[in-house]
Amino acid sequence: MRDIAICAYQQTDIVSDAGAQNEVELIMPVLGRTFAQAGINNAQDVDFVCSGSCDYLQGAAFAFVLGVDALGAVPPIKESHVEMDAAWALYEAILKIRMGHANSALVYGFGKSSPGELPIVLSQQLDPYYLAPLWVDSISLAALQARLMLEQGLITERDMAEVVSRSRRNARNNPHAQLKGDISPEDVLAEETYVSPLRKSDCCPVSDGACAMIIATVDQAQAWGLPYAVISGIDHCIETHNLGMRDLTDSVSTRMAANHAGMNAGKVDVAELYAPFSHQELILTRALGLDAETQVNPSGGVLAGNLMMASGLSRIGEVFNRIVNGEAQRGIAHATSGPCLQHNLVAVLEKGENA
Amino acid sequence: MSEEQDVVTVIQAPIYLKYNFTAGAAPARFLTQLKKGKLTGQCRDEPGAPVYIPPRGSCPATGKPTEKEVELSDKATVQSFTIVHIPIPGNAIQPPFIVANLVADGANISFIHLMSECVNEEVHIGQRVQAVWKPEAEWDYAMDNIKYFKPIDEPDVPPEQIGKLPVTGWEG
Repeated sequence: MRDIAICAYQQTDIVSDAGAQNEVELIMPVLGRTFAQAGINNAQDVDFVCSGSCDYLQGAAFAFVLGVDALGAVPPIKESHVEMDAAWALYEAILKIRMGHANSALVYGFGKSSPGELPIVLSQQLDPYYLAPLWVDSISLAALQARLMLEQGLITERDMAEVVSRSRRNARNNPHAQLKGDISPEDVLAEETYVSPLRKSDCCPVSDGACAMIIATVDQAQAWGLPYAVISGIDHCIETHNLGMRDLTDSVSTRMAANHAGMNAGKVDVAELYAPFSHQELILTRALGLDAETQVNPSGGVLAGNLMMASGLSRIGEVFNRIVNGEAQRGIAHATSGPCLQHNLVAVLEKGENA
Repeated sequence: MSEEQDVVTVIQAPIYLKYNFTAGAAPARFLTQLKKGKLTGQCRDEPGAPVYIPPRGSCPATGKPTEKEVELSDKATVQSFTIVHIPIPGNAIQPPFIVANLVADGANISFIHLMSECVNEEVHIGQRVQAVWKPEAEWDYAMDNIKYFKPIDEPDVPPEQIGKLPVTGWEG
C-alpha cells in the first residue's frame, strides 16, 4: 500500500461573520496560500480535488459548485464533493490515491454558517419522519447528552468548565481562533445556563471560514522537497440515527475508528478532537483512553471557533502543523458529524523522514 | 392489532429556514453599478484577461480574483436563444417569448435575459440587440432594471466573433 503524506495546510481566520464575502471569495485566498506552500500554481498541478460543504448552511442549492470557480478548472479537472465535513473529502482523496488513480490531491472545506440559524438548520439533518419535523436543534440534543453524563455522575459541571477554560487559554496561541482569553473555570461556572445544563461557553460558536490541504504519495512529497507528515491510518464509523438506541455517554464509533486507524500502535503526543460541546471532549478523551501524555486540543479546538464542514479537516491540519514544526512526533485528529457525536473519523499522523 | 392499517404514503413536514443571504463582495460592486443604470463586467487586472458578467468574484479559468471593473455597453449579440411557451410567474411578459444568451459588447461570456419587440420566428444567432431599461425612478439592485432586449438595425455578427467584440461596438 502506498504511504500518503500531508504536504500543505492553510486556513482562514475563524470569524463570527465573514460579511460581504461569498464562498468563492472566502476560498480563493486560502487556496492561493495552499498552492504557494506546496510550490504549485493551481489545481491543474494535482491529480484530484475533493471538497466538503453543505448547501443548508448558506441556503442555496448546489452552492458548492461556486467553489469550483476558485480552482482554475480550465482545462477540466477531476473533481468531487462530499456534503460533509472536508475530513471525509480527505478520506475520499486518500482512497483515490491508494487505488492508484492519483498521486496527489487538493482537499478543501468551507462554511458560512452566519447567514442562517445554525442550530435550527442542523435539525434538518435528523431523520425526516420523526425528529426533523419536531425541529429538535443541535444544542438541545447536546444538552440531553450532557444531562445524562451529569446525572450518572460521569462528569461534573466543573469538569465541563475546565474544558472551556483550557480551550480559551490554548486558543491564545492560535492566530486563527475566534474565542480566546484567560478564562478560569470559575468564570465559566459564574455564567447563567443557556440550554440547561449547558452554558453558552460550553457550546462552540457559530463561525465562517475555510481551510485547504494538499496530500500526495510520500514519493511525490519527497520529489516536491516539502516537509510532510504521513497519514499512517484513517477510518470512520457511524452509529444509528436513533438517539434512543445509542449510549450517548460513550463514543463507541470513535473508539472503533481509532483502533482501526492504528492509534494504539505508538505514543500519541497530540490529539485534536472535534468536540462542539465541552462535555463531548470528555466523552472523546475517555473513549480514546487518552491520558496526561497526550496534549488535547492545543489549538483551542472548536470551542474556540467552529468552521462547519471545515473543522474536521482543520483538526487534521492542526496536527500536521505541530508535526512539521517539530512540536510532536505522532498525533491523532478526530472529526465528527451528526447529532451527539454520531459519525466519527480518526486519522493518525506521524513525522515523515525529512520532516 | 388485527385491523388492517392504511398504508401511509405521504406525510406533511414543511421546512422554513431564514437566511441573511449575501451576494458577495464582487457581485455587490456589480449590483451597485447596475442600480445606476450601468452594466459592469469584471476581470483579472492583466491585459487580455477575460471579462465576466455577472461577476461572482473569481475568474473561473484561473481561480484568481476579478479585481478590475470594466464598464460594458448595453448593446449585445445573441449567442443562443429559445422560444418559451409557458409563462414566468410574476412577470408581465406573455408567451411565447424569447429567452436568450446575450453577450454585451466588451464582455467575453453571455448572460441570460429576455427579448421582446421582435418577431420570434426571425430571432437568430448573431443578431444585434440593445437593452430597454425601466424608468430610472424604478432602478434597483436588480437585473430586471432592464425589461428586455430588442433588436437593433446593425449587421449580424459572425459566430466566431461573438463574445469578442470591443465595448465600442460592432461596425459589421
